[in-house]
Amino acid sequence: MPSTRTSADVAARQAAAPILSARDLTVDFKLEHGWVRAVDGVSFDVRRGEVLGIVGESGSGKSQILMAAMGLTAVNGRCSGSVTLEGQEILNASPEQLDKVRGSAMSMIFQDPMTSLNPYMRVVDQLTEVLVAHQGKSKAEAVDIAVEMLERVRIPDARRRISLYPHEFSGGMRQRVMIAMALLCRPRLLFADEPTTALDVTVQAQILDLLNGLVRELNAAVVIVTHDLGVIARLCDRVIVLYGGRIMEEAAIDALFETPRHPYSQGLLAATPRLDDDTAHDLRTIKGTPRALAGQTAGCPFAPRCDRRIERCTAETPALQRLASGRAAACHLVTS
Amino acid sequence: MTETLLSVRDLKVHFPIGKGLLAGAKGVVKAVDGISFDLKPGETLGIVGESGCGKSTLGRAILRLAKPTDGTVVWLGKDFFTLDKASLRKARRELQIIFQDPLASLDPRMTVGAIIARPLKTFHPELSRAQVDARVKEAMAQVGLAPEMMRRYPHEFSGGQCQRIGIARAMILRPKLIVCDEPVSALDVSIQAQIINLLRKLQRELGLSLLFISHNLSVVRHISHRVMVLYLGKVMELSERDAFYANPMHPYSKALISAIPLPDPKAERARERVMLQGDLPSPLNPPKGCRFCTRCPMAQEVCHSTEPPLSPRSDGRLVACHFV
Repeated sequence: MPSTRTSADVAARQAAAPILSARDLTVDFKLEHGWVRAVDGVSFDVRRGEVLGIVGESGSGKSQILMAAMGLTAVNGRCSGSVTLEGQEILNASPEQLDKVRGSAMSMIFQDPMTSLNPYMRVVDQLTEVLVAHQGKSKAEAVDIAVEMLERVRIPDARRRISLYPHEFSGGMRQRVMIAMALLCRPRLLFADEPTTALDVTVQAQILDLLNGLVRELNAAVVIVTHDLGVIARLCDRVIVLYGGRIMEEAAIDALFETPRHPYSQGLLAATPRLDDDTAHDLRTIKGTPRALAGQTAGCPFAPRCDRRIERCTAETPALQRLASGRAAACHLVTS
Repeated sequence: MTETLLSVRDLKVHFPIGKGLLAGAKGVVKAVDGISFDLKPGETLGIVGESGCGKSTLGRAILRLAKPTDGTVVWLGKDFFTLDKASLRKARRELQIIFQDPLASLDPRMTVGAIIARPLKTFHPELSRAQVDARVKEAMAQVGLAPEMMRRYPHEFSGGQCQRIGIARAMILRPKLIVCDEPVSALDVSIQAQIINLLRKLQRELGLSLLFISHNLSVVRHISHRVMVLYLGKVMELSERDAFYANPMHPYSKALISAIPLPDPKAERARERVMLQGDLPSPLNPPKGCRFCTRCPMAQEVCHSTEPPLSPRSDGRLVACHFV
């Protein structure tokens, strides 16, 4: 696998036109006591051949970004801003418009393969549906393509197993079926929401390896949402750190892991137990608890937990500032 | 030699799988299939393995929350399984458990104060309300909860705080051993670190012993003195912590450690990885010989026929493998 992860490579790729562009994406939900903001003015681009990671804790809004782009926001939600796929606006697009791109130009791998596969349908019918609908294949052609894709995600005995129901597969095998389904129409953009969180660690390693190989081979643009910095380090080229619905920091992954600039990125890295750190001392913690709902107050969403907070942090929301070598941070204390 | 707090010998927990009323038992899942270990006072033993390895069942069987099929659990010199009811009840005060899902393990209709007080009231009905309140406040302070939270309900708390409530409930009887069943798996990274540090502090200050059950080897490394690796109900390796992480011996231990994605992109790219093939076999029908042989990169013929014994190595650790 060629290394595509240095700042120079990332900078070079930035010259190409993005496949996906989000601009000032905001997602609100109507709850009993009023509207709450889950995603608060998020902007980013993803280009062909690039794997972008979005990392954040619960309530950071990371999954809602993907749901908004896929047109899957819950009925009590409202999206504003803009999300374009190859220049075409897809945010709040009609179901008919979305049906033309979902499953073909863009697709999504969900966290839990058991609840996202239809338990009443044989795998073969779930896999071929998309090929028949989008590419006008005959059923027989579609079955051949589906079997080939199952072989590529390394499901042994695919020709026979394709006729089984989802419950007849193990968790790891079901996630392979999900990946095969998402890649069937060779999408130019792939979303993955915590694709390995439900899996055991040895199976996770297999799936991460598989995903890495397949997305590099397809040269698709990929957006992966996860809470696991290890998954980010293994798969991604660039990463966005999200907190309280806002981007705290954005950088090429080596830059983020080596010199995190935002206090939240620094805290998150320090709180993650590693296999090579000192066990004689306690882990670094971030005080307090993740913010459940975003955009309710003025100032930086991380300010209540930040140990470098100054007065300005609670009064004025810091803008995401562009720094050198393609990185950006939203913090009053970080200057280029 | 320090005395042994807990001594588990050849513990087995088998679950019959029924196929309906008339067909009788279809098979037996040997969730825990002959596990032995000792635990000293003040020691933390990390129990690791993937789903179906029997780690939670082991913890529950030791507390007699799951019915053991065979074997013994000796608690402070007494056989836990042959104790009469009164002595069992007394012993149970000294062993507590905290669960994975912090909110689901708290009664939503009880106040936090009542939840934490419940074990104390059960075992010490003679205590006055003021005495109970004082102990509840003491337990809450130990886990970093403000005493004025006593009158609130679990749903008003975040996951990390609910886990603190669960720990306070386990601490209030001043136990000697706490079984921690995936206590931080449902928590965010920043909160996970707080709870690990809290458990480390309680253990250090009160000399508690912990059985720390987790699938996360990086977390286990931060809290355990020794590590026990399980696979389909059997011990694969039991070792001192530092020796284990520096040089895991069993091929399964090696694969587990090498499968963890490191939060370090350069190290990730440089790594040599032991990649296991396939998924875990069904615990209903484990492989013959060594249970790990179907996925083991080192497996030879003997591994498919003969089960390797768990035997000591030069540094004192135990490994169950023909080729280590």
